[in-house]
Amino acid sequence: MLFSATPMHIPDGFLSVLVSVVMWIASVIVIAVAIRQLNGSLSEKDIPLMGVMAAAIFAGQMLNFTVVGGTSGHLLGAALATILLGPWAAVIVMTTVVGTQALIFQDGGLLALGTNIFNMAIIGVFVSYGVDQILRRWLGEDLKGVMIRGFAAAWGSIFIASLAVALELAISGTSPANIAVPTMAGIHALIGIGEGLITLGALSFIFAARHDLLKTGNAGTKSQKGLLFGGLGIAVLLAILSPLASAYPDGLEWVAEQKGFLEAAQDPAYSIIPDYVFPGISNEAIATIVAGIVGVLVVLGIALLVARTRSRTETKA
Amino acid sequence: MSDAARLLDPYQPHVSLLHDLDARVKLALAVGFILITALCPPGAWPAYVLLLTITISGALLSQLGLGYVMKRSLLALPFILAAVPLLFTTAGNTWLSFPFFGTTANISDAGVVRVASIALKSWLSVQAAVLLAATTTIQDLLAALRAYHLPRLLAVTVALMWRYLFVMSDEALRMLRARTARSGHLAGRKTGGRLTWRARVTGGMAGSLFLRSFERSEAIYHAMVSRGYDGEIRTLPTRRLSQNEIWLMIGGSIVLSMILLIGIMTGG
Repeated sequence: MLFSATPMHIPDGFLSVLVSVVMWIASVIVIAVAIRQLNGSLSEKDIPLMGVMAAAIFAGQMLNFTVVGGTSGHLLGAALATILLGPWAAVIVMTTVVGTQALIFQDGGLLALGTNIFNMAIIGVFVSYGVDQILRRWLGEDLKGVMIRGFAAAWGSIFIASLAVALELAISGTSPANIAVPTMAGIHALIGIGEGLITLGALSFIFAARHDLLKTGNAGTKSQKGLLFGGLGIAVLLAILSPLASAYPDGLEWVAEQKGFLEAAQDPAYSIIPDYVFPGISNEAIATIVAGIVGVLVVLGIALLVARTRSRTETKA
Repeated sequence: MSDAARLLDPYQPHVSLLHDLDARVKLALAVGFILITALCPPGAWPAYVLLLTITISGALLSQLGLGYVMKRSLLALPFILAAVPLLFTTAGNTWLSFPFFGTTANISDAGVVRVASIALKSWLSVQAAVLLAATTTIQDLLAALRAYHLPRLLAVTVALMWRYLFVMSDEALRMLRARTARSGHLAGRKTGGRLTWRARVTGGMAGSLFLRSFERSEAIYHAMVSRGYDGEIRTLPTRRLSQNEIWLMIGGSIVLSMILLIGIMTGG
């Protein structure tokens, strides 16, 4: 298999039927909206464009780079597709990619496909769009702005989608929330940096070679306020929901807690915020939410810092 | 056949009953199989064995060979890591305990049942999906999806994507080869630059791949227009399912429902 399986494609067997069906319905609704939006604005020229771009995203996932030892990072592409094609076309393109991965390559399940589409093609695109549009106001259209926006949108899309994966697994009862959420969030905070750097590299190349492609969305999309708030809303909702779920994992954890296993499992040496609970706040749920948000801000800050230093050395060079 | 096509296309050309079966029937049965597998409660071992019998029969009927199907179906298993914590957090009688960083970790019997069930169900579902993909060409699969009312825009995007996937994949493989050819290795010296630099270079390659796709899509559009493309994609009408095929689907759903019943009766 050429496309390394990221822990983002949920296989069949890991989701309850209820979760699968609900997520299928949600995905079908959003895809229907996307098709309706595109039918109005799509020119006949955009159809081959979307097909070939889907192929490029697929093939682009082959481009990998060594991270450490045997592990390697590669592109998922939701943010890049959103910035280059506009949000609705990106939803269709990413749906095509995720659907083909499941149907043809067994990368992600068929019953789980609705969920995978929702995570990668809908959350991924909406969050990218929201982040990109918000930052566009502050950062402008120069190279540095484009690079920071690309990085933040890519990182955010991966990170928030991974929270959704963790929550879906937790609701299905396949992975306890208090372990799934921190683990998925932690891994994807790192994977997101790889995605961000590749997206940033791709955008700076396109900025140099075909600047016109980056000027306000292609495939006939103007800035859409509802979509922007939808994307940011999903991000904030998941950032709040997942630590909540993590604080109240479904029942039965006392068995493990009795034996002191969870404390051992949950106390990694590098944790800055002990047990995902913020010290000094008495209500556990609120403290967990605050801890989650602070965690997200810290990682986002680091990510932005990296992007900034990168773009600074870039402009010097 | 291009490099990428050999690596990518899971379709295995053989002459077999399963290959000859209409894609609509295969798709419905595969999805039904996966749905029933998902609905089976944990620990329903007899039902799992019956489901496994179906996939094994499929593997033999399809001329693919058991080895091929089993090997490909193991791909999704690393995901089982996500369920491993259940071994410890599920309530039940202690099945095994071992020292873990100064404390003892207890694996409960119920936890083992749950994790083993998830792994088995996932494996069974992937086998069904492998059988479908290996015995059906994407053109047939797309026609079947269209018959089940997949929106035209999606179908056309998938068809075009598949048409150019190998072209773009070959492009990506060439880029990777070019990068390897220009990257030196010296024994005992650190090579490859910094991580962020490597990621940026990969990004540049991805950007270049995207740009070539943009330009290629324009050429494709011009070629399509030159042959009379007007925004409408026309396909042959699909034939109606035969009586036998409909009976096969009905029979399949009855068998699957009975397996589910057995699963509900035997599962915990």
